Amino acid sequence: MAATQTPAAERRQVHPTLAVLERQLHLYRRLWQASVFSSFVMPVLFLLSFGIGVGGYVGELGGVDYLAWIVPGVLASVAFQMSVGESTYGVLGDFKWIRGYQAMQATPVRVRDMVGGWLAYMLLRVLIASVVFLGVAALFGALHSPWALATPLVCGLLGLAVCAPTTAFAATIDHDSYFALLFRFVVVPSTLFAGVFFPVEQLPDVVRPLAYLSPLWHGVELCRAATLGTAPGWPALAHLGYLVLWALLGSAWAVAAFGRRLRK
Amino acid sequence: MPTPLSASPAAEPLIRARGLVKRFGDFTAVDGIDVEVAPGEAFGFLGPNGAGKSSTMRMIGCVSSPTAGELSILGMDPVRDGARIRARLGVCPQQDNLDVDLTVRENLTTYARYFGLSRREARRRADELLEFVQLADRADSKVEPLSGGMKRRLTIARAMVNEPDLVLLDEPTTGLDPQARHLLWERLFRLKQRGATLVLTTHYMDEAEQLCDRLVVMDGGRIAAEGSPRSLIETYSSPEVVEARFGDAEPAEYAEKLAGIGDRVEALPDRVLVYAADGDAAVAAIHARGLAPSTTLVRRSSLEDVFLHLTGRTLVD
Ligand SMILES: Nc1ncnc2c1ncn2[C@@H]1O[C@H](COP(=O)(O)OP(=O)(O)OP(=O)(O)O)[C@@H](O)[C@H]1O
Ligand SMILES: [Mg+2]
Repeated sequence: MAATQTPAAERRQVHPTLAVLERQLHLYRRLWQASVFSSFVMPVLFLLSFGIGVGGYVGELGGVDYLAWIVPGVLASVAFQMSVGESTYGVLGDFKWIRGYQAMQATPVRVRDMVGGWLAYMLLRVLIASVVFLGVAALFGALHSPWALATPLVCGLLGLAVCAPTTAFAATIDHDSYFALLFRFVVVPSTLFAGVFFPVEQLPDVVRPLAYLSPLWHGVELCRAATLGTAPGWPALAHLGYLVLWALLGSAWAVAAFGRRLRK
Repeated sequence: MPTPLSASPAAEPLIRARGLVKRFGDFTAVDGIDVEVAPGEAFGFLGPNGAGKSSTMRMIGCVSSPTAGELSILGMDPVRDGARIRARLGVCPQQDNLDVDLTVRENLTTYARYFGLSRREARRRADELLEFVQLADRADSKVEPLSGGMKRRLTIARAMVNEPDLVLLDEPTTGLDPQARHLLWERLFRLKQRGATLVLTTHYMDEAEQLCDRLVVMDGGRIAAEGSPRSLIETYSSPEVVEARFGDAEPAEYAEKLAGIGDRVEALPDRVLVYAADGDAAVAAIHARGLAPSTTLVRRSSLEDVFLHLTGRTLVD
């Protein structure tokens, strides 16, 4: 059989995971201006309205002005919302309407390459958005520690922790109406109650553990500790470990869900 | 070093299926088929909607696992060596799955990268294939506004990007106008001349007759007959067919009155078919019985007639 082996198949010039990432980047090229612009404008509006507007009434929180306190929270929640938002229609659409994954399935690309390429793409997107946000926050004078430079990495990890299970969910469902439930019962409550706008200590004891469950709270704690130069609520390794766990379990679920959907 | 005769690569089939079965729940889509395709052959699956053609093609393409039976593609096991086999296949699925938001050329280059080709090589093959399918002037346009025939040609070009040993085409020309179909046939014929092994499904008998060296007629998940288009027609039909229409009564009534003329008489909802070695003689015999059909047409037998004979149904309604 070796005689009929195509030489090209032997000398692979690019890993299939990377080839999947490349496709996403090709698609992104069509809309990157709009997307970078909005990842710049959104935080500016946020910071103006909450930091300066609301902050005028709130004054200080945890020993710093409200703007500096809220910046890391909003930073993490931007990463969070972006990761969920892009992985819903982005993934379901590629199964249902574009059928890009069905196209890949006919090639040497394996399911783990599809998931890996997509997660790598989302990681890049989140990193870019967090760096832009960080630049804006620096202009507002809201960063109090050089550790702030580590926040894009935290956001990247938070992004993976959220993107992986959302991707798996999107690959499991057949109708986009489930996304409304995801936003209503997971994304919005997380954003409101996971320590972005006020400390979770304000929450009643019975609901506080729910905030701890959300990957967002762990990302917020880490980002806040970094930009303010303080210690996070739990040991940093515990926060990181929790996010890594979500990313790993979510990825495993996504690979299984892709496989199940494509094998039909 | 002496080479054993059995190791001759030309003799080894590219596809070998034995008792291949595909079930979806309780439903059996492919019901124990045996197929062998030799290198360089153009092989067809002919059958009506739901015959199990696509289900079979997807198993051959290593994207769906057989429920039972043996299957070997390029001498490998699709379940264990799926990715290695797919590296050497070119697949044109029944339903287009082009990246509609990318350009025509990007569709080929991104797909080429899935096979591990370098950027330069991907670009070179994309341009060459766009020439081949006559889409070079549309290289930088998006896919969305292309006509159905253009999209189909692009999908076929995409299937060629890894210079496959085996090309699988699931209904390559369904939904195209006659001109687009003829262009595609011509391209596929050239592919075959270059030595590619083609496996295609179709429900058009003219397509099967044009392109296939050998084909199987599938119906209800089973293979009803197998052979070259010519031999199938010779075995299951007569050389000529008379299509007679009668204005005044049901074709079934006339079928009885025509019994005995030619080899066989078949009533369709709108006409009666008389199978005969000599069509003109059969027409004369019809008139000799004092019957006056409103129209008669004498034509050569086709695979359509084979299918009708084998299943009692027409292929395309
Ligand atoms: N994923 C699936 N789940 C359940 N049933 C399926 C699935 N895929 C195919 N079938 C059923 O299997 C049968 C054979 O389908 P298949 O697509 O193989 O037919 P086909 O010969 O390609 O038909 P067509 O000419 O319409 O493309 C059909 O009855 C179809 O409904
Ligand atoms: Mg089909």
